[in-house]
Amino acid sequence: MPRELMKGNVAMAEAAIRAGLEAYFGYPITPQSELLEHMAKRMPEEGRAFLQAESEVAAINMVYGAACTGARVMTSTSGPGISLMAEGISYIAGTEVPAVIVDVMRGGPGLGNIAPSQGDYRQVIHGAGHGDFFPIVLAPASVQEAVDLIGEAFDIAEKYRTVVFVVADGSIGQMMEPVELPEPRPLRRERPDWAVSGAAGRPHRTLTSLYLKPEVEERINLRILKRWQEAEANEVRYREYYLDDAEFVVLGFGTAGRVALSAVRAAREEGIRVGLFRPVSLRPFPYQAIRDLAQRAKAFLVVEMNGGQMLEDVQAAAQGQVPMRFYGRMGGMVPFPDEVLEEIRTLAADPPTPTENPRARWLAHMMPA
Amino acid sequence: MQTEILIAGFGGQGVLFAGQVLAYAAMDAGYEVTWFPSYGPEMRGGTANCTVIIADEEIGSPLVAHPKVLMALNAPSLDRFEPQVQPEGLIVANASLLSRPVERQDVTAITLKANHIAEELGDRRMANMVMLGALSTHLPVLTLEQIKAALRDHLPKRKHHLLEANYRALDTGAARARIVA
Repeated sequence: MPRELMKGNVAMAEAAIRAGLEAYFGYPITPQSELLEHMAKRMPEEGRAFLQAESEVAAINMVYGAACTGARVMTSTSGPGISLMAEGISYIAGTEVPAVIVDVMRGGPGLGNIAPSQGDYRQVIHGAGHGDFFPIVLAPASVQEAVDLIGEAFDIAEKYRTVVFVVADGSIGQMMEPVELPEPRPLRRERPDWAVSGAAGRPHRTLTSLYLKPEVEERINLRILKRWQEAEANEVRYREYYLDDAEFVVLGFGTAGRVALSAVRAAREEGIRVGLFRPVSLRPFPYQAIRDLAQRAKAFLVVEMNGGQMLEDVQAAAQGQVPMRFYGRMGGMVPFPDEVLEEIRTLAADPPTPTENPRARWLAHMMPA
Repeated sequence: MQTEILIAGFGGQGVLFAGQVLAYAAMDAGYEVTWFPSYGPEMRGGTANCTVIIADEEIGSPLVAHPKVLMALNAPSLDRFEPQVQPEGLIVANASLLSRPVERQDVTAITLKANHIAEELGDRRMANMVMLGALSTHLPVLTLEQIKAALRDHLPKRKHHLLEANYRALDTGAARARIVA
């Protein structure tokens, strides 16, 4: 396929359509609205369902209903919309039906602003809804990676009968890059054996997240956890750059990861042996790969567009085996490579002590007393 | 090898489109490229800018603190971004809307009256293409012919009646570009 120059939001929408998306429900919010707009134009052209709901609460419940029929279904929103959808997301997880949700993150908390951010990390990765379940969360750093992950997200959601998030940020949603789109996949004709697709000629099926008897709910919980365990074993994804001989390791996902890539290259030119580890699956988190790096690196530097939310997972993975620093920008600010380069220089010249508190040091730097 | 081009001006001057034309040309030439717009409320009636990065490897940050090239379509854009251009870089500025010359001595500076030239050519909205033509004379990564080909290959067919006028604007911008520093 020839390359096309596409905006991230539009490319993600088109990738979903080509992955055999049958129904889209959503509500506009910057910085993801072009995704919904592209769906509004293209889904009817394909004879498929597009519906702009009256709110995010309505949209996610429409997703829930469509998912129960075994249809490939998705929605997209930004942080405030995820907050509104949280109840529905939990119902989808509790009913064990697959759905794909795109979160194009913006500055927050609250109404915040529409600039790029990674502030929804904890909400999506560790929260996403009440009760016992783990969503699968994928984080692209480029438009091409967003296209590729959207394609995979539907297969993963169906394989584990769970919610799969693709978390981008405003910059990936708004920027244009060349992409190679996949060939359109034909719509699936057969329905999964759990779907409520009309019971004529077969015993009826029930899909619910309501299990009044705790001993029954516990069995469902265990079944959900068992599938999550398989996802943990199979779905870890990450990218490594210049790590072979690296003494220092920068860790960052999405846009923060690619900003760090520029800084790592510049630091390499100065002779600093530094590499980049970019988690692509945030759930399951690449704990083992990071633990292995922690055993051979002199120091870590975690870079995020939030106040150190992934930092806590990196610390859990590293188990105290490597000293660590943190650099973040918040509220919709995107770090320039120069800022990260400066942090790498300091990391190499004056490595952290094992007991140093990465967030406290960074906060003191950002907000001197 | 990486070239960063920051294009800035008023909303409505075709800043984002000029950047897209460069991005298309870069993609067709086989480069990696990112086009990053300012997409906030400042787009509405205020200033607009976009950053185009062209490279021969996977592109890291889509934004840079110090671009190699600045194409400034109005005075506020020159004021804001002139200090940020890399030493040895390139500034192309629209003299029709400037209140002062380019001050940096450590960059190549090109000025031309893009609005006046576009009006001479019969359409003031072509000022962005006049500027792009001027830019092409000193842009190391793309030629004027590649930029024209990008317009031809990516402008929707229903707008192809505008191609000749756009080519003329690009050619005239290239011919009238004058190095001033």
